[in-house]
Amino acid sequence: MESTLKNKSAATVWIWAIIPLIILIGLISIFFFTNPLALFQAEGLPPIEAVTIEQIELRPGQFIISVFNGSPDTIKIAQVTVDDAFWEWQAAPSAEIPRLGKTTITINYGWVRGEPHKITLLTSSGTPFTKEVAIATETPKVDATQFIAYGLLGVYIGIIPVAIGLMWFPTMKRMGRKGLSFVLALTIGLLVFLLIDTSLEAMEVAGDVAGVFQGLPLAVFAALISWLAISAVSGKQSEAERDSASGRLKLATLIALSIGLHNLGEGLAVGAAFALGEAALGSFLVIGFTLHNVTEGIGIAAPVTRDQPSLKNFVLLALISGAPAILGAWIGGFAYSPLLAVIFLGIGAGAIWQVIVEVGRLLIRDAQRENESVANWINVSGLALGIALMYFTAYFVKF
Amino acid sequence: MTVGDVDTSKFDPMKYLTEFDYGKVSKLPNGQTLREWDVFAVDQDIEIAPGIFFPAWAYGLKDRAPQVPGPTFRCTEGDRLRFNFSNGSAHPHTIHFHGIHPPSMDGIIPILKTGESFTYEFDAKPFGLHLYHCHTAPLKRHIHKGLYGTFIIDPPTPRTPAKEFVMMMNGFDTNFDGENEVYAVNTVAFHYAKHPIQVKVGEPIRVYLVNITEFDPINSLHLHAAMYKLYRTGTRLDQYEYTDMVTMAQGERHVLEFTLEYPGKHMFHAHQSELAELGWMGFFEAKE
Repeated sequence: MESTLKNKSAATVWIWAIIPLIILIGLISIFFFTNPLALFQAEGLPPIEAVTIEQIELRPGQFIISVFNGSPDTIKIAQVTVDDAFWEWQAAPSAEIPRLGKTTITINYGWVRGEPHKITLLTSSGTPFTKEVAIATETPKVDATQFIAYGLLGVYIGIIPVAIGLMWFPTMKRMGRKGLSFVLALTIGLLVFLLIDTSLEAMEVAGDVAGVFQGLPLAVFAALISWLAISAVSGKQSEAERDSASGRLKLATLIALSIGLHNLGEGLAVGAAFALGEAALGSFLVIGFTLHNVTEGIGIAAPVTRDQPSLKNFVLLALISGAPAILGAWIGGFAYSPLLAVIFLGIGAGAIWQVIVEVGRLLIRDAQRENESVANWINVSGLALGIALMYFTAYFVKF
Repeated sequence: MTVGDVDTSKFDPMKYLTEFDYGKVSKLPNGQTLREWDVFAVDQDIEIAPGIFFPAWAYGLKDRAPQVPGPTFRCTEGDRLRFNFSNGSAHPHTIHFHGIHPPSMDGIIPILKTGESFTYEFDAKPFGLHLYHCHTAPLKRHIHKGLYGTFIIDPPTPRTPAKEFVMMMNGFDTNFDGENEVYAVNTVAFHYAKHPIQVKVGEPIRVYLVNITEFDPINSLHLHAAMYKLYRTGTRLDQYEYTDMVTMAQGERHVLEFTLEYPGKHMFHAHQSELAELGWMGFFEAKE
C-alpha cells in the first residue's frame, strides 16, 4: 500500500518534470514550422548581418583572412575590396557561411611592407565589413626559431623583471615593521593599477569579439568566477594559518598567480603587437614592460619578508608570475584570438581583485596589532607610490 | 576586379548600350509627330555586381521589366512628347526632364503618391543629349536609388551614321552612409571589362555619355589608345574638343565620336583611380 503510494508520487514527480518540456518543445515547433510573428515582419527588410574578420594573415603577395558569421542566418560573401578596389579572391570551404560558421578567404595582393591596408567584405546586400592592417608585415610562421624568439619575449617581460624584483627581498627584510607595512601598501597600489589596466584592456579587446560571444559580459563573468574560485581556495585557511609562515607563503603564491594571469595578458599584447608588425616599437616595448614589471617582484615578496623562504620558493614564485608571459607571447604571436584574450584578461582582473583583498587583510591585521588605523600616512603614501610607479613606468608601453 | 558574373536575364548591360525607345508614334492634326510612352516607377532589387543586390527604385515601360538606368527615350527636335507616368512605388516620385519646356511640365510638381498618375507633355527642344530623373525630396536618395535615364533629342538633320552606345556613369551606396561602394557605367560594375564591347577597326563610334553619379562631385571618362571628338551637351554639331579625357559634374552629358585605328582591347574608365577600381572600367574590343 505504502509502496504503491510512493510509486504514484514518484510518477507524478516525473510527469510534472516532463510536462513543461513537452509544452516547450511544442511551442518551439509552432515557431519553427509556422510563423506566428508574421504580423511584425514588414516585407523586404534587410537581414541582420554580423560578420567579423577575426584575423588577417600576411604571406608574400597574399592575405589569408578568417571570417566568422555571427548573424542569425547563413550569409554570403559576394565581393571583396582591398584598399577600396574590387579584388579577386577565393573562399574555402565556401563563400556561404552558416550561422556561427567560419570561412577562409585568400586574396593575392601585392601588399606593401610597413604600410596600412584595408580589407572589406561585401555581403549580398552590399553591407561592408572592414578590417585594417595597421602596418603590413609578414605574419610569423610557427617554426623553431620564431617559437624560441617569442618565448624569449615572454622571458624578458615576465620572468626576468619579477626575478629582479624578488632580489630586493634581503633589503626588504631589514626595513622593520613600518617599512614592511609601507611595502605591503605599495603592493596594493601596484595591484590597483594592474586591476584597472587589465579591466580596461579586457573592455578594449571585448570590442573585437564577434557580438554573439558577448565579449564584455564574458570578461565580467570570467573575472567573477576567478575571484570566487580564489576566495574559495583561500577561504579554507583559518585565521591562525593565515598568520603562519606557510599562510604568508600561500598569499605570496596567490599574488604571483594573479600577477601571472596579468602577465599572460601582457604577453598576449606584446606577441600580437610583434605579429601585427608593430615590432618597430619592439625593443622599447620590451624594455618598458621589463621596468614596469620589476615592481611586481617586490609585491610578491612583500608578504613573506617576516619569514625565511627557500631559494626554491623564490624560483617557483618567479616562474608562476613570469612564465605565463611566455605562453601569452606564443598565443599572441601565432594564434591571436580576441575571444581567448578576453577570457584570460577577465580571469586576471578577478584574481587581482581577490589578491588586493588578501593583502589588504594582512595590512589591516598588522595595523590592528599596533592599535593604528590602517589608513595611516605610511600606508597611504605606500599605496600612492605603488600606483605612481606603475603609472609612470607605463609611459614606456602606452602610446 | 569583381569575381563572377551577374544574371543578365533581368537586366543586360550589353543590351542597354544600344537600346533606344522611340515611343508610340502618331501624327497630330497639325502634322507634328507625337511620341507617347507609358512610364511607371517601382521598387525593385537589382544586381549591381555579381552577388550584390541593391534595393533600387526603378523606371520602367509598360510591358517591360523596370530597369536602372531607366529606358533611353529618343526623339527628334520638334516632336510632341507625351509621357503618361504612373507611380507604382511605395514612395512619391516625379519625372524631371532636362531641356526647354513649360515649368508646369518640369517634374517638380505635382509630386505623385503611390498609385497616382500624371502626363508630362511638351515639344522636344533643343536637340542634344539630355537626361531625366526623379525630382522628389530627398533628392540625393531619389536619384541614387536609381530613378534616372538618358533622353536624346536628335537634330532635325540626323547626325552621321555611327555605331551608337548609351553610357550612364552611376554609383551605388549599398550601406547608405553617403559614399558609394560600387561604381559603373550602366549599373553593373566591371561588366564591360568582363565582356568587352565589340566594334570594328575604323568604324565610326558615337557614345552618349551622361553622369548621374551621386555623392562624388565629379566623374570622368578616359579612353585608351584613341582620342575622341567631344560635343558638349550635344547641342552643337560644329563645335567640339579633341581629347581622350573629360571631367563631368552630376547632370553633365556629352556626345563622344571616335574611331579605333588599331585592333585590340581599348580600355576606358574614370580617371579617378578609386572609381575605376570600384567598378567603373571597361573595354572596347576592335576587330578587323
